[in-house]
Amino acid sequence: MIELQGVSKRWPGTAQPAVDDLSLTVPEGTSCALIGPSGCGKTTTLRMVNRLVEPSAGAIRIGGEDALAMDKVALRRRIGYVIQEVGLFPHWTVAENVATVPRLLGWPESRIASRVEEVLGMAGLDPGRFAARRPHQLSGGERQRVGVARALAGDPPVLLMDEPFGAVDPLVRGDLQLEVLRLLRTLGKTVLIVTHDVDEAVRLGDAVAILRAGRLVQHAPAAEILAHPADDFVAGFLGSDRALKRLALIPVTEAPHRPGSAAGPPLPEDATLRDALSEMVARGVRVVPLAGGGCLALDDLLSFASGRPDA
Amino acid sequence: MEAITQGLAWLQANPGRFGETVLDHLLLSLTGLGIGIALALPLGVAVARSAWLAEIAIGGAGLLRTIPSLAVLAALLPWLGVGFTPSVVALALLAIPPVLVNTVTGLNGVDRAARDAAEGLGLTRRQQALQVELPLAAPMIFAGLRISAVQVVSAAALATFIGGGGLGDLVTQGLALLDFGRMLVGAVAIAALALLTEAGLGVLERRVAARVGA
Repeated sequence: MIELQGVSKRWPGTAQPAVDDLSLTVPEGTSCALIGPSGCGKTTTLRMVNRLVEPSAGAIRIGGEDALAMDKVALRRRIGYVIQEVGLFPHWTVAENVATVPRLLGWPESRIASRVEEVLGMAGLDPGRFAARRPHQLSGGERQRVGVARALAGDPPVLLMDEPFGAVDPLVRGDLQLEVLRLLRTLGKTVLIVTHDVDEAVRLGDAVAILRAGRLVQHAPAAEILAHPADDFVAGFLGSDRALKRLALIPVTEAPHRPGSAAGPPLPEDATLRDALSEMVARGVRVVPLAGGGCLALDDLLSFASGRPDA
Repeated sequence: MEAITQGLAWLQANPGRFGETVLDHLLLSLTGLGIGIALALPLGVAVARSAWLAEIAIGGAGLLRTIPSLAVLAALLPWLGVGFTPSVVALALLAIPPVLVNTVTGLNGVDRAARDAAEGLGLTRRQQALQVELPLAAPMIFAGLRISAVQVVSAAALATFIGGGGLGDLVTQGLALLDFGRMLVGAVAIAALALLTEAGLGVLERRVAARVGA
């Protein structure tokens, strides 16, 4: 669990605080996406959690422990850290990079070696192929996977991710996002993610926190924030297609199905309501068949989406 | 042609004397270089983090660089007298600027993301310097070292003016005795040492760069 209470950061010589009296809790095993326009203080907030930036005021607790009272270096070794530019050490192999934190924690060599293999596998990299490579021999996506493996190696309960997929090309990004999300859920990590991309925020964050000029404007589950933006700023930031973004969070399997069949190829099982709507528009029909049997009708889709508790 | 014959003749007649001067020259250069590096490297590491300290260090190094070696030698004379010690001090002063400047620029040129990751993953300040920053700055620092070494080996020829010994002795003695053979041997040896230093350290430098392979 990550708890921020009344946290502020004021840089010397500036009139406005970069982060202003921010309170935010990320419950155990969930993820929260910090989002907002550039300069809103989201990265500063993230960097205060592992004290790369020291807060000017407020309290930060990690797993109930006072992070500001702990030794900085010990604190950071218990927190996974992933950044956009990855920051792999170019003079070390992939295995050595991943072993960074276990080595700092003084694990025995045999345990380090098996842990490196394990986390490389988790991050979708074959240890046999990648362990001995140097960072410059990797693609952008592979590099970011090594970055994730390195962050997970010390088995930290908490992860901080700063624009983790920002440098990966858009084709690879979608898959990588989903894969990492699934991994972090399985491992039960508590994750704070900074992003400027609304789609990424609602996709990766169980909750989304929107910042503006250092203040928290809205903090709610992703679907709720899309359905009920707190004010015009949030609505504008989320974009005019926020209703569609919300549909993209709901799997078709949750909507009520009608028996029988309909024309055209069926929607795959992992499709979302947005996919379903898009198919209806593309095919010019009001009903689409589902791969799992039955079909989904436009009227049902609309009434279900607007009748959900988060609507 | 005649000068070369004279040179070879002198060398043949005085192999011991020649070997001694070369060793003297190397001892003088290595001691000066060693002290210079021992001062410049830690100083560079210490000031690199602070923008204004780094600026002062680089400015100071530039200033030191513009003073001619001979002037430094002459200026040291009243304080340190003549002989080995003042020569070494002058050479050490000469060795400092390239190493200092390259250490500071090398450290500041280290990939910001790698530095951020090192700090964020929980490396101590010392571990960040020793395991990440210095290795990544090594090719640049090594280049500074090569420049210093070549300058020191060349400048050590001037130590003869304050009784520091070395290959410069052969040149000044040859000049005084009108013994052109001796003078030529000294001059050629000085040039050859400088070239060898440049070439040898150049090879090492490329190895270091390949190891870091960023």
